[in-house]
Amino acid sequence: MLLAMAFAVGLIFGIGLILAGMANPAKVQAFLDLAGAWDPSLALVMAGAIAAAFVPFRLARRMPRSLLGAPMGLPAAAKLDRRLVFGSLAFGIGWGLAGFCPGPALVALGAGEAKAVVFVIAMLAGMAVFEVSEARKSRKLA
Amino acid sequence: MTIDWAHFTPWSSLAGGALIGVAAGLFILFNGRIAGISGILGGFLRPPAGKSNERAWRAIFIAGLLCAPLAWGLFLPAREIRIDAGWMEIVIAGVFVGVGTRYAAGCTSGHGVCGLSRLSFRSLAATLIFMAAGFATVYVMRHMVGG
Repeated sequence: MLLAMAFAVGLIFGIGLILAGMANPAKVQAFLDLAGAWDPSLALVMAGAIAAAFVPFRLARRMPRSLLGAPMGLPAAAKLDRRLVFGSLAFGIGWGLAGFCPGPALVALGAGEAKAVVFVIAMLAGMAVFEVSEARKSRKLA
Repeated sequence: MTIDWAHFTPWSSLAGGALIGVAAGLFILFNGRIAGISGILGGFLRPPAGKSNERAWRAIFIAGLLCAPLAWGLFLPAREIRIDAGWMEIVIAGVFVGVGTRYAAGCTSGHGVCGLSRLSFRSLAATLIFMAAGFATVYVMRHMVGG
C-alpha cells in the first residue's frame, strides 16, 4: 500500500509539474529573468502548492503515525546553519544556469530529453560527492 | 521590469501548483514522508541501514515521476520542453544542483513547497536564498555575460 501510494504521489507530482509549466526550463528561466520579459507564472505554482498542502501538514503535526501506519517523518531541524546557506546558494546558481531543479529534471528525463539525461547524471554525481564526504566525516568521528 | 503577458499562464500554473500540493499532502498524510525530490533521490544513493524498504519506496516514487510525461501524453498533447542551456552549462548546473540541494537538505519541493507549507523558518531562508541566487544567475548570464 505504501509503495502504491508512493507511485501515485510521484505521478501526480509529475503531472502537476507539467501542467504548471515547471518542466519547461525556458519558462523557469523566464520567471527568473526579472530584468527581461518577466513571466510571473511560477509564483502562482508556489501559491497553489502551498494552498493545497497547508492543511494536510497542519493535520500531520497532530498525527502520531501516518494513515497507513508509517512513522511520521516531519523534519526536526530548526536552526540555520552554514550548510543550508551555502547549499541553497549553490542550488540556486545551478537552477538559474539550466532552468532545472530536481523534480522537473526527472520529468524531462521521462519525456526523453537528452539534456535532461545529462543533467540528471551530473546531479547524481553531485549528490554522490555529498554522500562520500558525509561518510568520510562520520568515519573520522567514529 | 516588463511583464511577459503573452507567456503568462496563471490558471494552469495555479492548477499545476495545486496538484503538486495535493501530492505533497497525500504523501505526508498516508506515508508520513516529505515529498522533497532531492531528498528522495539523494537518499537512494545512501546504503540502507538494515533490511528496510528504504530504497524501494524511493525508486517507486521516482518511477511515478518519470512516468508523468507518458501519462500526460495518453490524454493531452505534449507540453513544450525547451532547454536553452548548452551542454557545458547543463553539466555544471547539474553538479551544483546535486551538491547544493543535499547540503541544503532540500530543493524547490522539500523547502519551497513542503517547508513553506509547514511554516518552517529554515525552509523560508533556504527558499529566499536559492531564489535570490537563481535571479542573480539569470541576470548575470543574460544581461552581463550574454547580453
